[in-house]
Amino acid sequence: MIWVDTIIQGILLGGLYALFAAGLSLVFGIMRLVNLAQGDLIVMGAYLILVLVTLLGLSPFLAVFIAMPLMFALGWVLQKFLLNRTLGDDILPPLLVTFGLSIALQNALLEGFSADSQRLPTNALTTASVDVGPVTLGVMPLLTFASAVLVIVVLNQLFYRTELGRAFRATSDDATTASLMGIKPTNIFATATGIALVIVTIAALYLGLRANFDPNIGPARLIYAFEAVIIGGLGSLWGTLLGGIIIGVAQTVGAAINPEWQILAGHIAFLVVLLVRPRGLFPRAND
Amino acid sequence: MGLLQTRNLTAHYGDFQALFGVDIELGEAETVAIIGANGAGKTTLMRSIAGVLQNDASAVSFDDKAIGSQPADEIMALGVAMVPEGRKLFPSLTVEENLLIGTYGRKTSGHWTLDTVYDLFPILAERRHTPGTALSGGQQQMVAIGRALMSNPRVLLCDEISLGLAPVVIKDIYKAIPQIKAAGASTIVVEQDIAQAMAVADRVYCMMEGRVTLSGTPDSLSRDDIHNAYFGASH
Repeated sequence: MIWVDTIIQGILLGGLYALFAAGLSLVFGIMRLVNLAQGDLIVMGAYLILVLVTLLGLSPFLAVFIAMPLMFALGWVLQKFLLNRTLGDDILPPLLVTFGLSIALQNALLEGFSADSQRLPTNALTTASVDVGPVTLGVMPLLTFASAVLVIVVLNQLFYRTELGRAFRATSDDATTASLMGIKPTNIFATATGIALVIVTIAALYLGLRANFDPNIGPARLIYAFEAVIIGGLGSLWGTLLGGIIIGVAQTVGAAINPEWQILAGHIAFLVVLLVRPRGLFPRAND
Repeated sequence: MGLLQTRNLTAHYGDFQALFGVDIELGEAETVAIIGANGAGKTTLMRSIAGVLQNDASAVSFDDKAIGSQPADEIMALGVAMVPEGRKLFPSLTVEENLLIGTYGRKTSGHWTLDTVYDLFPILAERRHTPGTALSGGQQQMVAIGRALMSNPRVLLCDEISLGLAPVVIKDIYKAIPQIKAAGASTIVVEQDIAQAMAVADRVYCMMEGRVTLSGTPDSLSRDDIHNAYFGASH
């Protein structure tokens, strides 16, 4: 029965990784931009929530709703005035610029908040658990996983049911022809990055509630996010959720065998999937 | 003054000059054809008008406004829609979504809606939920035309809509032009098939090597005039 518990905990952990990765997947799917600052933006989101909690005395679950529009605006401006300038035939400029952004963010956070570990304030809810048959599940991991599924469902609805979603897909296919439809590709990209940072804010909430964070933990989150996106197949949102789950399960199973193997097992699962399916589990047909 | 005109329009791709001072004019409710051999600059001219290539503001005017330096999305919003060369459907979108996205930048009430486009090309209604690129070439061309019509444009630019299609399919597609005209759009068709262009157009411009070499109504132009304008007098 311990194995059932381990695997279920792994699946729930996968929800967190999927939240880390969903914004990355969205942005890559639309503009082929790999955002190396994703992990640091998550950490920045956690600090933003912390500041709002401290200044306004709010619960983190309310503060996140104030942080979301602020992060959307930041993403919009970041894309419109910085990242759009790096897009083109050459894939190197966006990598270099987001790598630089990652370093700048880390140091700015270090300057502003020092290297001390922080944590979002927890309450009874964050330590509560429910018994489901033979296993006991934490309310927080359940909430995290439910949020991840909700984010993926909402993104899919947005993509396949709305005019904005059609514009996202059309611009991703062919930006020049999209402009003949009255679409301004630079604005579409800015909106996409804005939405990605809203998801980043949700990820930041659960990151900050689950464990301590400090300005330097961003890059490690980025690796999990990357692995989830690549396992799932670039640009596939459901694939990203599944990728997160695979890494989460591999980590908890690895840790159950030997605590030293937790991180390693996740990376090995990633490499095994790459060996068997180099394009990921759900690659897009027209890439 | 016509609805749309170019004045001394030049265009460059890097060091290569593709257009050398082109003047054309399109009147209200008029259909104009632009003919010429490969490389004559027809597609460049269309892309310059549509804003894919940007020029001096005064090089293109629409409705007495200088629009030459505006980007494509703004020109589309004014009511100039293009059917691009090679159809350029969006592979990630179904037939219906391809049509719907044609209204993204310009939402006007007018003759053209999903229903009237499906009336114009009934086969598209049957295939509405298939990916746009799963259709035959002729059907894809119908989607591309329908997509441009969805915004009820005042000017429709059709770039080589017969390219790569069987003659019987070309006939089907050109049957739509009178209906498009009746619904109120002025149209520029770029065409390599001279007979087709003559049949559909009120006026014809012939281009060679980035310049307009001949213009007039179809019945005023002799075969020899066109031959010389198309290939150069020395041929």
